Amino acid sequence: MAQTYTPIATTTLGSAASSITFSSIPSTYTDLRIVLISQTTNATTGGMEFQFNSDTATNYSYTRLRGNGTAASSSQSANTTAGYGGYVVISSNWSMNTIDIFSYAGSTYKTALSTSAADQNGSGDVWNIVSLWRSTSAITSVKLNSTLGNFATGTTATIYGILKA
Amino acid sequence: MAVSRVSLSSITQGFPKSRSFLDGNSAYIPSSFESIATATGTGSNTTITFSSIPSTYKHLQIRSIFKDSTSSTSSQYLYINFNSNTSVNNYSWHNLKGNGTNASASGVASGTSIIKIENAGASDPGFPTKTIPNIYGVSIIDILDYASSTKNKTLRAISGTDVNNAIANYGGIVLNSGLWLSTSAITSITLTNPDGSTFMSGSTFALYGITG
Repeated sequence: MAQTYTPIATTTLGSAASSITFSSIPSTYTDLRIVLISQTTNATTGGMEFQFNSDTATNYSYTRLRGNGTAASSSQSANTTAGYGGYVVISSNWSMNTIDIFSYAGSTYKTALSTSAADQNGSGDVWNIVSLWRSTSAITSVKLNSTLGNFATGTTATIYGILKA
Repeated sequence: MAVSRVSLSSITQGFPKSRSFLDGNSAYIPSSFESIATATGTGSNTTITFSSIPSTYKHLQIRSIFKDSTSSTSSQYLYINFNSNTSVNNYSWHNLKGNGTNASASGVASGTSIIKIENAGASDPGFPTKTIPNIYGVSIIDILDYASSTKNKTLRAISGTDVNNAIANYGGIVLNSGLWLSTSAITSITLTNPDGSTFMSGSTFALYGITG
């Protein structure tokens, strides 16, 4: 039976870096899933955004739902330069971010669901986000960007391919 | 004892030998996340049904991308039933949703015949319709311990649509939960477009089994 949930690539940072890129993504899967365990070098909470196929133009947008331990809120941003992946915590904790990209090799615009769990023992946030990339091109690369500071040493990102019957 | 593999070349040139039963082949590693079935929108179907679901997995996941055929931009949802059970009082559901402006919650605590999967915005619109080109709504639905004969069944879903403000107050991100008050193993799942409009071509619903 064909493998349905296949790790395509994994990166663990040996030193701090501003981004992590997965390239040459095969078109043979149905969906992609990225799992990121991360920490920021920033003094306060960092953030994570993602771009496809080196597209840095304002071809993205997203809608967010956030809980910060005090209140739930929602926000929306149009014509952005990246999709949104959530928060990244500071030392000595780690945050978990997931990005599910549906029909990434298809011919319609690309929609991604992101989750972010970033608890810092007294502060923190949980996010759920839907992002849109207005391109009908197949996704062949994904770049994860740290928006505040860098991804710290030890940050690990894995990209999986999910294949339907 | 060495392993020999017979081929035409081995007959003409002699048997190659290997110390491993794999003989250079990759080991087969059974997957713990398996594709069970896939259903698609045809432009004429209002329901998607997965039937004869084997009981051999531990959990189920449905990954979907879909669009509604109505010309309206108003609410479009998914209704879910298990085992063709549509009796009132057998289901309940709740959600937490963000429409880009406000976070809110809704639900039916009891006495309903379906689990409702929303994808709501300020005017409570749902999944995209054919009026919005190129954009599909997406959803991941998890059903844990679906084959249990001692537990009522719980569903969790995350759904979303973003339209880059193509239509004001449209789209959103929603967390859904649902409960089926039955200890029967789930053998079928029906997803229904409640207003009678159809799932557009390009809509795909993929059912996966997760082994435990």
